[in-house]
Amino acid sequence: MNFTLKIWRQKDAKSQGAFETYKVENISADTSFLEMMDILNNNLIHAGQEPVAFDHDCREGICGMCSMHINGHAHGPSQAVTTCQMYMRKFKDGSTITIEPWRSAAFPVIRDLVVDRGAYDKILQAGGFISVRTNSVPDGNAIPIPKADADESMDAAACVGCGACAATCKNGSAMLFVAARVSSLAKLPQGKVEGARRAKAMVAKMDELGFGNCTNTGACQAQCPKSISIAHIARLNREFLAAKLQD
Amino acid sequence: MGCFLTNSSVGKKVVMSVTGCFLVLFILFHMSMNLTMIFSREGYNLICEFLGANWYALAGTALLAAGVAVHFIYAFILTIDNYRARGKQRYAVTVQEKGVAWSSKNMLVLGIIVIMGLGLHLVHFWSKMQLVEILHSGAAIETINGAEASIHPANGALLMAFTFSKWYNVVLYLVWFAALWFHLTHGVWSMFQTVGFANDTWYPRLKCIANVVATLIFLGFAVVAVLCFLKSGEYMTEMLHWTPGL
Repeated sequence: MNFTLKIWRQKDAKSQGAFETYKVENISADTSFLEMMDILNNNLIHAGQEPVAFDHDCREGICGMCSMHINGHAHGPSQAVTTCQMYMRKFKDGSTITIEPWRSAAFPVIRDLVVDRGAYDKILQAGGFISVRTNSVPDGNAIPIPKADADESMDAAACVGCGACAATCKNGSAMLFVAARVSSLAKLPQGKVEGARRAKAMVAKMDELGFGNCTNTGACQAQCPKSISIAHIARLNREFLAAKLQD
Repeated sequence: MGCFLTNSSVGKKVVMSVTGCFLVLFILFHMSMNLTMIFSREGYNLICEFLGANWYALAGTALLAAGVAVHFIYAFILTIDNYRARGKQRYAVTVQEKGVAWSSKNMLVLGIIVIMGLGLHLVHFWSKMQLVEILHSGAAIETINGAEASIHPANGALLMAFTFSKWYNVVLYLVWFAALWFHLTHGVWSMFQTVGFANDTWYPRLKCIANVVATLIFLGFAVVAVLCFLKSGEYMTEMLHWTPGL
């Protein structure tokens, strides 16, 4: 397969970026998107040009490092997968593919397709943890947790923190990420006890870092590689409001 | 706790949700009141008399104006916040995501159309009814059935038949109602989500409720406007010499 790639190139955080066009040829349909990018970079290096910088790590859809905005979709047009889990057979042979970095004021571009997602770490540090003493590991099933609650907690915990939600949201809101973290802990007994403090601290940090306000469009859940539901946002709203009303 | 409604993202959204809910309830009441026109013009004017410049109607009007103002001002504050959060550099390629309603991404534009329609509506009706009573100014004079006639501030039925006797007013109001329909299909379920009353079981139900409420409001208002257009001559003759009964 052959493709024309329009890729955002930007030297560093302070430089003005622009799109550059490249051609890749003889790409197998079973090549993953990141492998295709590797082939492109190999060609660029052989031609004495600077390779395209992009984030990646595990390449099996669990680390949340890959972060490209491909043809208008965070993580590309495939549903419920990260960029690394998408294959070139998803694209039409001979088509043009536009690749952009995440665009959000809270995720500044560092270089080419790499953005600084440190803002998500700061939100986590503000409250996305458990600080109660839980002692040593209890016997299995010693703490009864309804199956539905455990499932819901695990669904929320599937969030890999890739930033696709804020990058997709027209308001640059991080609500789906914050909600997933709050929800995964709020549904379990060890996390529940600090629920009020957690919701307030994480929302306050999210606002401070310049993320936008959720307007319930649902674009985040449509683009989330882990299909996290906006029902978790409703839970975050409940947790936050209940906490504020108790102040 | 007072300040989270002004300084936190979730709090500001709650203000939008609560004021929005209040406005939806008012619109439902207004629509029900208008439906009286279909059955009895006299009955409609009775409601107009009851809702003149009395203390309770004035208090209601003030509360309503405050609700609209807060909803409108917060909409702009939130939109400016969101525009900044999106950053200076925009995507070159964007798509309409699966399952994302067009109206949900265009609430501000729809809201602006709604408020422009509201301005027109206040000029057409409120300024010739309650405002006349508040200011004790002279009744509105319009050319009805070829002769100049003074319209009593409580003669809402005559004013309605007169206003909708002009086709362009009917078209303008229908555009207004359509914008409101779109605004409400997102707004009504969204207000439940914002206060936390929603989950995956309730999304289809809430969205269904939103569509039903939006459609009821659209049909209720549109039916009366179109009926007044079709029967404007008959209604104007009927109500021209009406005198207040209360």
